[in-house]
Amino acid sequence: MSSYAKPLPKLDPLNRPFWDHAREGRLAIQVCSACKDAHFPPSPVCPNCLSEDQEWQPVSGRGTLESWVEFHRAYWDGFKDDLPYNVCLVRLAEGPLLVSNLVGDAAKARLGAAVNVVFEQATDEVTLPKFALA
Amino acid sequence: MHELKNKVSVIGVGNTRYGAFPELDEYGLAARAFRDAVADCGIDKNEIDGLVVCRIPYYARMGEVLGIDPRWTLTLPPHGRMSGIGIIEAVTALAAGHCKHVALMYANIGRSRRVNYGGDESPGTWDPWGMTSPGAAHAMMFRRHMELYGTTTRQLAEVSVAIRHHACLNPDAVMTKPITIDDHEAARPIVLPLRLLDYCLINDGAVCLILTLSERAGDFAKPPVRIAGFGAREQYRGSSIANFDINFWHDAVSDAGRQAYAMAGVSHGDVDALMAYDNFSPTVLFSLEGLGFCKQGEAGSFVEGGALKLGGRLPTNTDGGHLSNSYMQGWALNVEAVRQLRGECGARQVADCEVVQYVQATPCTRSIIYTRA
Ligand SMILES: [Zn+2]
Repeated sequence: MSSYAKPLPKLDPLNRPFWDHAREGRLAIQVCSACKDAHFPPSPVCPNCLSEDQEWQPVSGRGTLESWVEFHRAYWDGFKDDLPYNVCLVRLAEGPLLVSNLVGDAAKARLGAAVNVVFEQATDEVTLPKFALA
Repeated sequence: MHELKNKVSVIGVGNTRYGAFPELDEYGLAARAFRDAVADCGIDKNEIDGLVVCRIPYYARMGEVLGIDPRWTLTLPPHGRMSGIGIIEAVTALAAGHCKHVALMYANIGRSRRVNYGGDESPGTWDPWGMTSPGAAHAMMFRRHMELYGTTTRQLAEVSVAIRHHACLNPDAVMTKPITIDDHEAARPIVLPLRLLDYCLINDGAVCLILTLSERAGDFAKPPVRIAGFGAREQYRGSSIANFDINFWHDAVSDAGRQAYAMAGVSHGDVDALMAYDNFSPTVLFSLEGLGFCKQGEAGSFVEGGALKLGGRLPTNTDGGHLSNSYMQGWALNVEAVRQLRGECGARQVADCEVVQYVQATPCTRSIIYTRA
């Protein structure tokens, strides 16, 4: 997997659980134990109540399409062979917004379309959650 | 803030030529704009005791280059939303007596240094999925606008076409070849639904404004322009998707606009020209809706038929904006507001121009209303 040429996430103590879950085929987000606020990307304190008492919870993987775009320019060489590639914005059923890619036929994309998470392994350490139209 | 209404005026403005100047750095460019602004108002440069620098690496070097030791300095980060912040902070510093005359300077060397505004230059949470660049964030917003309201890319083209038309009337502008709606539709795709003509320029250049209290603004060479009102609202929640707001910054722009109109005591019908931060063409639509020139979702039809052109219902970015004049990140639009109110704009002059509004629909939204003294 050393030939993987696209940008990889910079793992740190805050975001590592997200990538650990993804490697196991689970989409997880940070949830505040005190007020139940669900948020992503992870935060050192709960943005709603400022509690440090937070945990990672797997979510349903279901969401709706909020928007999508089609890249015709590669800002990293690793994306050159994929052009044009899409990037989508998904509102998870549990609330948070995620940026990801639509796999499969993106021509049927519409605002509000139902999507489900799928997983694509990038390296031994990193598996990327992506979405498919339901 | 109403006690600050008309308290401060712009007395001098200046700019460099715009283009690629690899032999100059930020200090060289900013010094030229400063010299131009000093000459514009006839102030003794040693009287300037307040300094705002933006996208200029080191404030002290800037002061050294200009040979001044100010009493008050503010350094702003090199983000495309600092002009409104800097001008408003300068107003409050003058009103508080921190200094007597403020020079605000902005310089950009992005053209000759080949800045890309994406990829590894600006790492972010979503890089692994290939999401990068402010243009892509605006494409994401515009796609939503198309889906929610039926806005079309031909309507979006009206923004780029009108602003290019103004650049063709501005001898300083970088882009001086007229474009049509069909040109816009046929332009190279960058991040669809946006194409090349929806993107701002990247060029070198610098801008300077000189501000002072209105009570002494009559002592200089040019008629002063009043800062009649301003408003502000940040939108930081959701910032992991940089340069993006799920609701087009509508709430922030509405709030900032309401503050500015109330402070200045003017309303939409009084605005003779709008200077709308146009890093990407959709931002102009979002600004029109947020400020209330039309309802949310109706900016596409509002701009049809050349409404933003000189002579149209709301002349917008009469200097050619970021899309076609120069990428001076809002600073040049504020200079244009001043020049319009002075009546210095020649072929692109708005007739009987008395009120000009600046707006930046960005994570740091600001609006400033300028009037003739
Ligand atoms: Zn909480």
